[in-house]
Amino acid sequence: MWFDRLVPAAAIVLAMVPTYADSPRYNLGRTPTAAEIDAWNIDVRADGQGLPPGHGSVEQGRAIFAETCAACHGDKARGGLAEPLTGGFGTLTNPNPVRTVGSYWPYATTLFDFVRRAMPFNAPESLSADQVYAVSAYVLSLNGIVPDDTVLDAANLPRIAMPNRNGFISPDPRPDAPGEPPAESGP
Amino acid sequence: MSNRPVSRRRGLIAATTAVFAARRATADESPWMREQGAPVVNPPYGVPSPFERNVVRRVRTVGKFPTASASGTPLQDLHGIITPNGLHYERHHAGVPKIGPEDHRLLIHGLADRPLIFTMDDILRFPSVSRIHFMECSGNTQEFRDAKPNWTPQDTHGLLSCCEWTGVPLSTLLAEVGVRPSASWILAEGADAAAMTRSIPIEKAWDDAIVAYAQNGERLRPEQGYPLRLFLPGFEGNMSVKWLRRLKLGDQPFQTREETSKYTDLMPDGKARQFTFVMEAKSVITRLAGGQQWRDPGFFEVTGLARSGRGRIRRVDVSTDGGTSWRAASLQEPILSKCLTRFRLPWTWDGGPALLQSRAVDETGYVQPPREALVDVRGVNSYYHFNAMQTWRIAPGGAITNVV
Repeated sequence: MWFDRLVPAAAIVLAMVPTYADSPRYNLGRTPTAAEIDAWNIDVRADGQGLPPGHGSVEQGRAIFAETCAACHGDKARGGLAEPLTGGFGTLTNPNPVRTVGSYWPYATTLFDFVRRAMPFNAPESLSADQVYAVSAYVLSLNGIVPDDTVLDAANLPRIAMPNRNGFISPDPRPDAPGEPPAESGP
Repeated sequence: MSNRPVSRRRGLIAATTAVFAARRATADESPWMREQGAPVVNPPYGVPSPFERNVVRRVRTVGKFPTASASGTPLQDLHGIITPNGLHYERHHAGVPKIGPEDHRLLIHGLADRPLIFTMDDILRFPSVSRIHFMECSGNTQEFRDAKPNWTPQDTHGLLSCCEWTGVPLSTLLAEVGVRPSASWILAEGADAAAMTRSIPIEKAWDDAIVAYAQNGERLRPEQGYPLRLFLPGFEGNMSVKWLRRLKLGDQPFQTREETSKYTDLMPDGKARQFTFVMEAKSVITRLAGGQQWRDPGFFEVTGLARSGRGRIRRVDVSTDGGTSWRAASLQEPILSKCLTRFRLPWTWDGGPALLQSRAVDETGYVQPPREALVDVRGVNSYYHFNAMQTWRIAPGGAITNVV
């Protein structure tokens, strides 16, 4: 019959239509300008990628911290309304571990990244790059991780050895504690 | 209710009404059948009955920073598997931003052949999907630090909700920008005041991640990321970044604060598990449950919710004697992958003491563990991903409490 020839022909035509996997373009959206990307591209990785130009000292950070951070984090970052940023060394196996930048955080770059994007709580993204370097230097010095005469910049921040750098395990080892199979359970 | 004594005044009114009623065709006392009710569009966006005004989200522990806080879904008051949008649990780190859709953009860049920026109009033109999935905070169920006997399911398990999510598969958007072979992680960033960021393994993007703009048939609620959020089925809720403004392709995790300082699970040996994404099988009985007071022995339907981040729920067993004996509960269809599953068990309460537990098994064969088994391995400071069985104690007289 006539459709005996038509069906294979249709199949060939369909096979020639490119699939979305081959050609996924819907041509929606537009190419961002370099300035648009730069304005949003604020993340800093553990290897330092994304750190901006600039520098800041422990001494400068001390003044910034007193003015913009201590109200919540307390004098010398010992904690207040918000969590402490110092201390807790050697407590991670205790019944009440104290997880701080010094005792727990594996990367100093994370401190810079988080302060830059989310702090101070009442005015995020209000600090300059120099100020974020400075306040990072101060918090690290309070933890005894950098000396008091430190000036942080994009070159030395990623090289800081955090005390708990090797304290993390991945990949995920679960399932680690499954229950007993329900062998005896009734209908 | 029916055996409550009728007041003298109410009795008089009833008698008077009955006289008039006798002259009518019926003896019905219901005043709402004798007058017109409220008109249409009153209000234009419907709200629950005023008699349900106690069915609301609640904050378990009032924190010092109300914009960096959480509120729980009233699981004990809900039915079926869908969470109404206004009752979806909340967890914000810097409050709920008010973003107009015309002002929102999504930028995808990094290890991409064609970095692109999308408006909401662009996003809505892509082929879309709708899927029903649970979302749960990995910090849900805090059984050790400050657990209280008077906790309800809302307190113990309320950072858990389930909606139909509609949006664009993330894989579609990644194909549009052209992912370079070296890309293995994606940084997702929110447009809130925390600029919340998490690193997402790219395998999840190719699998079932959605860039969502709607829940339960309407656009996202502001608390859920309006106008655009990431949704990662079965993964801890924090990774489903709300108010999504940027996706950056990289060749390593970005080590953000939320995947180092937070959302890492401290083990008894002082090491912390990192990148523990999947929500393992878990269940909770929502009725009969903590905070409820029953009086009369007799028939009850014990019901609750089970879910697994690894797939479908295969079975749920219920014990009324603290785990000595178990009965298989019936599972309400549909039983969907990475979705709440409603279970039910008919039970006759004899009025005496009882210990109610439920135990979920998922399609991988994983069995929800008892608390002791989990604590043996993880201790009590792992904080996140506590998925052990919940126990409710029924006292003689019918008061139900959380076994802490």
